[in-house]
Amino acid sequence: MSEAAAVETHGHGAVQADQLEPSLTPGNLGKLGMWTFLAGDAMTFGAGIAAYGALRINNPNWPTPADYLGIATTAVMTFILICSSVTMVESLDGIQHGNQSKFRTFMALTVLGGILFLGMQAHEWHDLLTEKGMSVKRDLFDATFFILTGFHGCHVFGGVVFNSVLLIRGMMGKLTQAKAGLVEVAGLYWHFVDLVWILIFTFIYLI
Amino acid sequence: MTTQAAISGHEAEHSGPNYIAVFIYLAVLTAIELGVYAMGLPKAAKVSLLVALAWAKAVLVAMYFMHLAMERKGLAIIAITPVILVTFLCFMLLPDLTTRMWTRFDHKIKVTNPAEMGANPVAPPPMQAP
Repeated sequence: MSEAAAVETHGHGAVQADQLEPSLTPGNLGKLGMWTFLAGDAMTFGAGIAAYGALRINNPNWPTPADYLGIATTAVMTFILICSSVTMVESLDGIQHGNQSKFRTFMALTVLGGILFLGMQAHEWHDLLTEKGMSVKRDLFDATFFILTGFHGCHVFGGVVFNSVLLIRGMMGKLTQAKAGLVEVAGLYWHFVDLVWILIFTFIYLI
Repeated sequence: MTTQAAISGHEAEHSGPNYIAVFIYLAVLTAIELGVYAMGLPKAAKVSLLVALAWAKAVLVAMYFMHLAMERKGLAIIAITPVILVTFLCFMLLPDLTTRMWTRFDHKIKVTNPAEMGANPVAPPPMQAP
């Protein structure tokens, strides 16, 4: 009996099966594990952004971020990450429906988006360190900027590696429709990285 | 559950959200953010609008790209927990923030008159003789 159609009747009460939480199965353990990891990771980023706010608020000498940071470049980086989220969901759609070609194409685009983002961030850091004279040891503005964006950049790098492994396995024919859950888990991680960047872009660059 | 409901549930499971529409919403919200940033609004209005827009984008990503809108409530509880905890963290920081005095940007605080530091000084008060 399928879960959606199942109806359990005990005595006079009737409970729709789709109203019940499913038990843990190998099929959803990965997703649950990733969500639990992301909740912890979100706490880390949340604490970092809260610390940034605590250091900045009531500090009359905090510089205007736009005086140092390139808003236009970062807006493009934000757009690239949003695009890569779309390619990620299309890649998942491909593997879930057994369309290997679609999976490989969109996963390659997702990896490309991540690499582009990292390349632009490396270029931005190079400019800030060499031309603007910023340094993680100079002051709190610089330290919080490099720590938060660097920590996020590490996450992007991890996502690029994760997605690349899946892409390579797909190209070798080792990632079948039955293993679409792996791509879904990778997608959760990648969208989380996108979500965090949306907040960092606002709090660090725009405000 | 009726057969029709089961079929619609089956269809809903496979149709999924319109990702292109979500992408367009995100792109438009980002453009609005840049517009708000460039408009030269008063700081309070600018910060409020930018934070609201950022949260709107974050919720769109979580609900549709991360499929929270289609998932069981258990996952939503896991997802909302850090948001609640970080909100508490921000409120717990408020007493410190409302009393802190910043005297220099580089955090090397130089106190010239300890009496002006208030009830919650940054530097510890001098030791009292017993």
